[in-house]
Amino acid sequence: MRVAIRRGLSAVIVVGLLGLLGSFLLSWRPAIAPIQGQTSNRFSPELVAKGEVLAAEGHCASCHTSPGGIAFAGGYGVKTPFGTIYGTNITPDPTTGIGLWSREAFTRAMREGVSRDGSHLFGAFPYWSFTKLSDDDIGALYVYMMTRPPVSATIPKNTVPFPLNIRALEEGWKILFFRDGRYRPDSFKSAEWNRGAYLSEALSDCSGCHTPRNALGGEKVRAAYSGAPIDGWIAPALTKANPAPIPWTEEELVTYLRKGVTPLHGTAGATMTPVIRGALELPIVPDADIHAIAIYFTDLNHAQERASTIETTTRKALTTSSLGSGPEYDPDAQLYAGACLGCHYNSETTPRAERPELALNSSLSASDPTNFIQAVLNGISNTQGAPGLTMPAYASSLNDSEICRLAAYLRRTRTKSPPWPDVEKKVAQIRRESVASAGQD
Amino acid sequence: MVTFDLNGRSVSVHSESSVPLLWVIRDELGLKGTKFGCGIGYCGACTVHVDGRSTRSCITPVSAVAGSKVTTIEGLDPNGKHPLQIAWVELQVPQCGYCQPGQIMQAATLLKDFPDPTDRDINAVMSGNVCRCMTYIRIRKAIKLASERMREGAIHG
Repeated sequence: MRVAIRRGLSAVIVVGLLGLLGSFLLSWRPAIAPIQGQTSNRFSPELVAKGEVLAAEGHCASCHTSPGGIAFAGGYGVKTPFGTIYGTNITPDPTTGIGLWSREAFTRAMREGVSRDGSHLFGAFPYWSFTKLSDDDIGALYVYMMTRPPVSATIPKNTVPFPLNIRALEEGWKILFFRDGRYRPDSFKSAEWNRGAYLSEALSDCSGCHTPRNALGGEKVRAAYSGAPIDGWIAPALTKANPAPIPWTEEELVTYLRKGVTPLHGTAGATMTPVIRGALELPIVPDADIHAIAIYFTDLNHAQERASTIETTTRKALTTSSLGSGPEYDPDAQLYAGACLGCHYNSETTPRAERPELALNSSLSASDPTNFIQAVLNGISNTQGAPGLTMPAYASSLNDSEICRLAAYLRRTRTKSPPWPDVEKKVAQIRRESVASAGQD
Repeated sequence: MVTFDLNGRSVSVHSESSVPLLWVIRDELGLKGTKFGCGIGYCGACTVHVDGRSTRSCITPVSAVAGSKVTTIEGLDPNGKHPLQIAWVELQVPQCGYCQPGQIMQAATLLKDFPDPTDRDINAVMSGNVCRCMTYIRIRKAIKLASERMREGAIHG
């Protein structure tokens, strides 16, 4: 009996070791020779300019810049279920950045998720999207990065625990979830649609936040763009399942992507901010590209089917706007009037972007209260959402049960949706997480 | 350190990022026009403008206004002659006066958004600014007087 167990155990160990060895062998990639000397003088200004637009559309700075830090010098912590992974320094500093990288090394990183030295990059870097980029675009991005001022900056150590921090294991992940290959246009769709699909799928990596992931961190392709949690917020569905009262039409999407706010949907949350601020809002990003992205998503979300309801829905929403301001004996309404009404009230004619109309607001109509709770507890700072819109933080003002009452009151009076379940638990959880992350800063 | 614009001049403050803007304005920067009332965003005495919009400073962490333009009652008009301030004096609105800077700052945003406000607009936008002396009747009157003059000024001026 003992012998059998021992034999069985040895067999398991041998197979395990062989598997590990196999994956190490499979995962092996050569280092690419470093480049020598200054490269930045060789590039044409046109190519640099093209790369700048692409870097903005790909919002590279959002992960490769620490809060308040120098652009592209790395240090932003991407929180994953496996630990925090820090965006690297992608300025051309030879020791701490990518100064020694040839275009070949840069292309391999973008398309295969392999660093210049041959080690595998973690999947926080969306090479599975960038693999779809054209040669020309990767070339322009390379040129743009190599012409940035080099910054010597080391980034914090990733907190991914052993054995998940073994980079060779990424090979297994790649076998399961990664498909190398360029974007293939859909010939049944318009050129604009294809441009939008290319930008969204290959460059901007919209699915990185808006598509849910499986236990191993792979995107659930069949549930593409159906919404997912990200950094304590929810990235809403970009499909027909999006519950906003007003459909995301081309016009609404264009305004939102440019300004971070629309009067009919509200302002961007914390995690969408870097996609807009310092990225899609920039005048160098062509209108045509913003429209193309909007055209792609309005095809996915079937906004056109509901376009005729916009006027009626808006009018109806505005009739609820002054609720709470009268001599009511509803303590929940008074809770609302005391804290929220003065800023959120709209007159009966037009909702204003700077007075986010709650009956139209995406956070309130969402099936999950997370974004609503985030906004109430932590407010919206000037550096988040749309520029010029600041909301105070009610964490120290309202207790958990008061926030629940507010949520219930607003769902009851401003939406057709049922009450959110388990709000109290979620408020407590988000409050805990907010306190913890404030302690880290 | 947080940097923002206060009444037209750039200030960099040393208070911790989580300190409410109200205390930074009063204690670190020494402007005492903005008042502490309830401390939980429910009375409006601490109302200032952040990027031109009335905001409760007692629950707004100073870090939230980094890069913003903050205006207090002292900066609403360089000479203290905003149409609302003139109307306030003319109609002798205050009794004890404690809530009035907040009332005026809130009313300024009201008139920006609703230049000719209805009673309903006034009720809704001013509902979060409370006055223990019950000067509400005069507040409403003064808002309407200032609104009238501002609209005339816009037409004639």
